[in-house]
Amino acid sequence: MKRARPEPVQVVKQRRDRALKTIVDGVPYAQFLGIEFERHGDELTAVLPFDEKLIGNPILPALHGGATAAFLEMTAIIELSWSTVWEDLEAGRIDIAKLDRSHLPRLPKTIDFTVDYLRSGLPRDAYARARVNRSGRRYASVHVEGWQDNRSRLFAQATGHFLMPQRDG
Amino acid sequence: MTDRKTLIAKQFIQTLPHSVALGMELVEIGDGVAVIRMPYDKRLVGDPETGVIHGGAVSALMDTCGGAAVMSHPTKASGTATLDLRIDYMRPATPGQTITARAECYNMTRSIAFVRATATDEDTERPVAAATGAFTLERQS
Repeated sequence: MKRARPEPVQVVKQRRDRALKTIVDGVPYAQFLGIEFERHGDELTAVLPFDEKLIGNPILPALHGGATAAFLEMTAIIELSWSTVWEDLEAGRIDIAKLDRSHLPRLPKTIDFTVDYLRSGLPRDAYARARVNRSGRRYASVHVEGWQDNRSRLFAQATGHFLMPQRDG
Repeated sequence: MTDRKTLIAKQFIQTLPHSVALGMELVEIGDGVAVIRMPYDKRLVGDPETGVIHGGAVSALMDTCGGAAVMSHPTKASGTATLDLRIDYMRPATPGQTITARAECYNMTRSIAFVRATATDEDTERPVAAATGAFTLERQS
């Protein structure tokens, strides 16, 4: 039996990066906060580069709790959206050539979101990763961890429930 | 005294760069209650297909409002930070409308303030979101 040749690495990367960019670029508030996503295989790391406008306490100074909450919620939504797109993307069910927002599922909607502030956010870049604990046809539960200098010293974590977009057909 | 407190609280909002960036305006404050509004802004949209404001921006509004309520409580707090904040999103805010949050500091211990808040758009009968939070208290001593 002859195996099919694997796809060239550039083709694979382009497809995945393009799909991720299409999801992220579709969220104006992610642009406003300056959130970027780094991808290694299917693993996403959200990056919130430091900016003065993210400050909540100018005396300390510390990141605004609202900026932290928004960063974690954004990470959860993009991860959830990405994880649902991934399978179709890798199975070749998504035509990369005409990929835009309208060809992707709608974004999940937040039902509730709980942020646990562990230490104050320092005036420097922040990172976050989300883990989808359960993703059903209608509901999903996601946990997010946020850190700055040390991966093991979280500055905030969050859990949220989301309503999944209804698929066609 | 109350006027001075109001002034301090108003300045408190104005000195929070993130709250200023989101266009928040203080409507009312005093005795552990704060009302803050956030006009509609396209940059804060979460889903461009619907034009609905991102939940994260509503979180920031709730968080700021909660902190302001704590600072305005008669037991003088010299500073506060959010320990925990839970937000329930009840319905999408109507695109184009200002979102107004009202936070109330309903219990204070020596070191913690418990806050609840609701957010509405122009339809004030049906809340857009509700929040409960715990805030740390720093006291002058």
